[in-house]
Amino acid sequence: MDQIKLEENFQAKLDRNEMIEPKDWMPENYRKHLIRQISQHAHSEIIGMLPEGNWITRAPSMRRKIVLLAKVQDEAGHGLYLYSAAESMGISRDELLDQLHTGKAKYSSIFNYPTLTWSDIGAVGWLVDGAAIMNQVMLQRTSYGPYARAMVRICKEESFHQRQGFEIMQVLAKGTPEQKAMAQDSLNRWWWPSLMMFGPADDNSPNSANALKWKIKRESNDQLRQRFVNQTVPQVEYLGLTVPDKDLKWNEEKKGYDFGEVNWEEFYNVIKGNGPCNKERLSAKVQSHKDGAWVREAANAYAAKKNKVAAA
Amino acid sequence: MTMSTAQDTQGLLWEVFVQSKPGQPHKHSGSVHAHDKEMALQNARDLYCRRSEGTNIWVVPASEIVASSPEDIGSFFEPSNDKVYRHPTFYHVPEGITHM
Ligand SMILES: [Fe+2]
Ligand SMILES: [Fe+2]
Repeated sequence: MDQIKLEENFQAKLDRNEMIEPKDWMPENYRKHLIRQISQHAHSEIIGMLPEGNWITRAPSMRRKIVLLAKVQDEAGHGLYLYSAAESMGISRDELLDQLHTGKAKYSSIFNYPTLTWSDIGAVGWLVDGAAIMNQVMLQRTSYGPYARAMVRICKEESFHQRQGFEIMQVLAKGTPEQKAMAQDSLNRWWWPSLMMFGPADDNSPNSANALKWKIKRESNDQLRQRFVNQTVPQVEYLGLTVPDKDLKWNEEKKGYDFGEVNWEEFYNVIKGNGPCNKERLSAKVQSHKDGAWVREAANAYAAKKNKVAAA
Repeated sequence: MTMSTAQDTQGLLWEVFVQSKPGQPHKHSGSVHAHDKEMALQNARDLYCRRSEGTNIWVVPASEIVASSPEDIGSFFEPSNDKVYRHPTFYHVPEGITHM
């Protein structure tokens, strides 16, 4: 079959809402687009463990500590599900890790912000996982089968992540004036970076057209961002806190909130590597990979030795 | 911060199949990396059964799985299409006959 026919069949299949599986024919650009997106997503889950891991030893109670441990462990799992999905497109785990460690691959910019106080752990679970969920719920219907199935599994696990974060915020917001101030400070610092998680505005998003055509995404960045604001503002009000946006206003006509312009200069600056923690995050990841090298070597040597014995 | 992992290895890729309840068939869950069988089984447990999702796990080296190819979907599955007599609806059961 010639290239044009193959591409027509491929698009027709997508338009019938059928899924693409690893051995199916796919355009090279579809494969490239997805390897980039899935691996970025995987790296984000893994790097995302660092800002939260930072507070495991200092969690204020045993309950908070076991919950945070379980959450961070889940994020490791999410990274692994996603690496598996990316590998099904013909790239190896070693290559994927190498791309992260050499700075060739990106991860979500949100994790380049520091977790300075305990209430930041609340804000991250509530807002950062909340924004991630919004995106991941959509991706449960993405066109590539292994990616969609990983998303279904991830979404099942995510809802406790957001709830535990909101619970932390609730306790602080209803606590002493100092605790409430701490919660407000976290909201002030995490609100805008959370809105940035949905990516550039639609009229400035080069990859969006293909992603929509190929049914990788089913909603645009701005649509998801708007829904996130609509859902989250009432939660902020419940907490008795204030959204750090003077332009935020209910718009009866569109049945949603109008909100201020995201600081895109900051967004691109953090992507470029100039966020508060870019260097720290990457060097921590590279170091832990180096520290684990002897374990992989030993496991490899042990497996080789056992194979030899079995063959003898 | 260049760091080559050319000499590095994450071990073999294993496909994981989990049985959710006794009596149910095993279903594909995803894959894990591991250096041997025992490690593959433990990694699969840690990764795919953190919330009592399973009662039994199979792990298989991904390279050992033989799969039909999507291009053959027509010719490979075609032979079953014209055998309607393999379905119960092909047969006429007389009125009054039950339990059949
Ligand atoms: Fe996650
Ligand atoms: Fe999460």
